[in-house]
Amino acid sequence: MTFFFEVLIGGLLSGVLYALVALGFVLIFKASGVFNFAQGAMVFFAALTFVGFTEVLPGWTGLAPGSSAVFWLAFMLALSSMIVLGIATEKVVLRPLVNQPPITLFMATIGLTFFVEGLAQGIWGTNVRGLNLGIDDEPVMWLLDNHNMLISKFDVIAAGIALVLFVTLAILFQYTKVGRALRAVADDHQAALSVGIPLKHIWAIVWGVAGFVALVAGLIWGARNGVQFALTYTALKALPVLILGGFTSVPGAIIGGLIIGASEKLAEVYLGGYVGGGIEGWFPYILAMLFLLVRPEGLFGERHIDRV
Amino acid sequence: MLYREAGQFKASYQQDQAIFPITQDKIGIAALLAFFFLVVPFIANQYWLQAVLIPVLIFSLAAIGLNILTGYCGQLSLGSAAFMAVGAFGTYNFMLRIDGMPFLVAIVLGGLCAAAVGVLFGLPSLRIKGFYLAVATLAAQFFIVWVLVKFGWFSNYSSSGVITAQRVSILGMEFRSPEMKYLLTLSIVTVLALLAKNMVRSSTGRKWMAVRDMDVAAEVIGIRLMRTKLQAFAISSFYCGVAGALYAYMYLGTVEPDGFNLELSFKILFMIIIGGVASIMGSFIGAAFIVLLPVFLNVVMHTSVGAFIPANLAANLELIIFGGLIIFFLIVEPHGIARLWQLAKEKLRLWPFPH
Repeated sequence: MTFFFEVLIGGLLSGVLYALVALGFVLIFKASGVFNFAQGAMVFFAALTFVGFTEVLPGWTGLAPGSSAVFWLAFMLALSSMIVLGIATEKVVLRPLVNQPPITLFMATIGLTFFVEGLAQGIWGTNVRGLNLGIDDEPVMWLLDNHNMLISKFDVIAAGIALVLFVTLAILFQYTKVGRALRAVADDHQAALSVGIPLKHIWAIVWGVAGFVALVAGLIWGARNGVQFALTYTALKALPVLILGGFTSVPGAIIGGLIIGASEKLAEVYLGGYVGGGIEGWFPYILAMLFLLVRPEGLFGERHIDRV
Repeated sequence: MLYREAGQFKASYQQDQAIFPITQDKIGIAALLAFFFLVVPFIANQYWLQAVLIPVLIFSLAAIGLNILTGYCGQLSLGSAAFMAVGAFGTYNFMLRIDGMPFLVAIVLGGLCAAAVGVLFGLPSLRIKGFYLAVATLAAQFFIVWVLVKFGWFSNYSSSGVITAQRVSILGMEFRSPEMKYLLTLSIVTVLALLAKNMVRSSTGRKWMAVRDMDVAAEVIGIRLMRTKLQAFAISSFYCGVAGALYAYMYLGTVEPDGFNLELSFKILFMIIIGGVASIMGSFIGAAFIVLLPVFLNVVMHTSVGAFIPANLAANLELIIFGGLIIFFLIVEPHGIARLWQLAKEKLRLWPFPH
């Protein structure tokens, strides 16, 4: 039983991280109806930019390498690059494609994926880099002593950071003026426009926020697995999370992430043995597909009504 | 002046329903086919045949397959490469396990295997639409490749699932030289492309398009959604399957399941977007574009300005240019290059008058 809980909690914690990537998708899809495939590339770009700045900043400014000043300076610089990237994407790629069918926009973001990946590696090089956030990847001692469970401290703290981010965003959406405008745009573009909400600004803000989420996700994933090209694949893991939770629901992304994270680890441990392992790669997709057969709009997605 | 249909009267239904109703089109297609069948094998060198023409033809076939499903029937799929894999491994196993199996029959059987798998993974499309469906086809992509790697039977228990294509001979003719392989590929692709062109003009194709434009409305006017969608999945997967078999037998020679990865699926999707959604000709143009672009970029990178750029940066610059070009094309002509050709044809018909 202890082992079961160990796997379950480990899965839930990594599920929070999937949800973090999925959140970036949901934000953009809600506000602009674009299925942003480049989210994974943005995560990669953000992490690589951050690490790149932490490497070059000591040389430029004379600060001690690894000091917190370097960390925050690099964080701010990476954040501003993400915001610039997001706004530039909105202006250069998506603005001219307004009113095109969703598949065209989707393809454009795949093109963007290549562009961003090339750009990130062109600037900072292709080496795999370590990223140290100052959190040790060691078991939580209290749990190990009392319940004999092996849960990584890093995972717990990372999940905590993600939760803080979720709560902040929820408050931002629910109680601020900008948040209200964002929800209005998500609800109905034209109606929002007609009551005087500046659509262009809102889109710029959403892409900026998505860039910020990508940066946080990139830092955590990068610290966990190293900053490397494989980071872009986290986006693929976020897709079943999205369909499980529904493309338009922030809570859906979180709960979907938890379900996917937990079930894929449990499936790998308990079912994987029967078929030779490696089922982690496709299990989330099949699960999501079967789930869709029951609820085609996901857990919290908007119900779709077709009119002829 | 040259391209005008004035004076070409259609006196029978047969003429009216001809696949290329305009004489100039007929001549054009015949000339094109004659050129590629009779002239190209003699003037093209080994590199062009093996590294450019054969892959372009094979990818065109896969793109036609995806175009049937996505372009005509409106069901977004990200699993084309997996269906190609089914075709390739199906053909391999038919050739391996049945003595004296003719290659062409094996290819068709491999395509039918892909069609069956396609129908299976098409079933969710009855309830799931749009991007949700795209993610469901991703399930096919990852699951099929995993099955082919994990279960050794499919690759005859070779290490890491690599299969080596058997020697291909039809009626005692050996297909080993690039010229022969090219001709065989070209013949198969031509037949299937003409078939597809005919299919999309028939009631089958119109049903697909009705479902694409609005499936509820299509259902209301009496089109059976289930049959139409599954038919599109089956035929599309058949085309992809045959393309996969050719990919293994005519192009690479040895393939592993991981070669049919998501990247390949995306590549095929790019082809139909750049070439033209819902256009058979667009599939060919798109395939040629996507195959030739990296070659072209590579040449540019190694000759002119590119020679001064370090190799590491050049590879990333290629990525940037590739991504940038795709975005550029989508912005400038969202309907693909085939649309430009169509516009040119309309202009030609009226030339020299503006209206």
